Amino acid sequence: MSTISRSDVAYVAGLAQLDMDEAATERLVAEMNSILDYMAKLNELDTESVEPMMHAMALTNVFREDEVTPSLPRELALRGAPTHDDEYFTVPKILDAEGGGA
Amino acid sequence: MVTKSVAVGLALGCTISRWSKMDRKNYFYPDQSKNYQISQYDLPINHDGFLDIDVDGKKKTIGITRAHMEEDTARNTHTLGGGQSGVDFNRCGLPLLEIVTEPDIRSADEAYAYLTELKQILQYLEVSDCSMEEGKLRAEANISVRPVGTEPFGTKTEVKNVASFSGTYKAIEFEIARQIQVLNDGGTIVQETRGWDDDRGVTFSQRAKESAHDYRYFPEPDLVPIVVDEAWETTIKEGQPELPTPRRNRLMEQFDLSPYDAGVLTQTKAMADYFEATVADVSDAKKAANWIMGDLQALITQDDADITTIKIAPTQLAAMIKLIEDGTISGKIAKEVLVDMFQTGSDPKAIVEAKGLVQISDTGELEKMIAAVLEKNPAQVEEFRSGKEKVIGFLVGQVMQATKGKANPKLVNEILRKQLST
Repeated sequence: MSTISRSDVAYVAGLAQLDMDEAATERLVAEMNSILDYMAKLNELDTESVEPMMHAMALTNVFREDEVTPSLPRELALRGAPTHDDEYFTVPKILDAEGGGA
Repeated sequence: MVTKSVAVGLALGCTISRWSKMDRKNYFYPDQSKNYQISQYDLPINHDGFLDIDVDGKKKTIGITRAHMEEDTARNTHTLGGGQSGVDFNRCGLPLLEIVTEPDIRSADEAYAYLTELKQILQYLEVSDCSMEEGKLRAEANISVRPVGTEPFGTKTEVKNVASFSGTYKAIEFEIARQIQVLNDGGTIVQETRGWDDDRGVTFSQRAKESAHDYRYFPEPDLVPIVVDEAWETTIKEGQPELPTPRRNRLMEQFDLSPYDAGVLTQTKAMADYFEATVADVSDAKKAANWIMGDLQALITQDDADITTIKIAPTQLAAMIKLIEDGTISGKIAKEVLVDMFQTGSDPKAIVEAKGLVQISDTGELEKMIAAVLEKNPAQVEEFRSGKEKVIGFLVGQVMQATKGKANPKLVNEILRKQLST
């Protein structure tokens, strides 16, 4: 059975960009371990002949036509942004240029 | 999207996943607003395919690892100044297909050939017009070097944001040289994303700090799995057009065309369609090919036109070629007629009649005109008779000029020789 350590919590917090103090970390170590213990009950089941579930709903192939519709005018799209110029949403200069994405 | 993705997968010889799903790729970066990108992780819609390329007459097979669906992200610009970056969400959330190759490509030439072949297929399938300026096709080359004779690949870099195939070619050449230089100087290659500066012809590091790439993929709860059953796959397969390579080979065989001609004619599906529609009405396929690749293409290029929307119908071009074959007009006059057809869309026959361009094949008339030309050029006549046969070219030219190009060149030659020899 896997157990969650303080460094696991710190790592996940880092990925989620959460700033956590000692107390919160302690509490989450305990909570996450208890969740895993609870989930571990599933390991008692024989799942040999069970297909992996891909989705919570027993649905497949929900599609719609790919239709071109009018897009939001630029002024409207930009209006709600905390900062923008005439063309772009603006954010603090990205030093770590080009992270994930396509 | 699914249909088009499967069409591409089939064209690349991929296995189509019966069951496929979308996943969330989690990361923080201002190229999307929800902090995850919808992509496909462990069950891509297409996997394990290949594409054959031809480099300097040598065939090579490039493995396709996968071709998966995902959403596009926003585009960032770092040139605004004032300590700011811009985020353009216009393409964010649009579906795209990411085609990943095996590490089989060994040079910039092979990469270029691969991209060219791939683009052609995508255009034939009509899944994309592949305009790189509009971001409809993007190429992200992963490049590494290794000492000659060694097996493991070196550390790779990825070059993004290149706007053309030639840019990709140059970026790869540059990266290879740069990496070799770094290693020869005793340095190490940093795995990173690099941008391409087309003006300066250099790649540059785009990553200041290395972040942990732990995307914590999990199934996208808002989109249900995608099932492409055999029936659907078959329907897509049957709707598939003939692809560039088989079509190239067929044109060579069916119309006795050279590999070069067949290659040019199949560069786009539209051009190949045009050629085949024309040749249906013409006996000499090579002539049809020459007119399309030569004069017609020149007019299209000059006007920045598109072969699908030009005024000359393939049947009209065929009719024009027939007018040459039956001797109504000369090839030279036909060039003029073609320009007229291109501008007006009129039938070649109507143009020839309206402009009085019918070739002069009346022997009596030609004899008189040729006699007059010979009379005016006694020096050349003398030269010819003293054995300088080449001068006949000049005399033919004079006759053509006198008839504004309308004389039947074959007849002119015959009559000239007859008159000169008496």
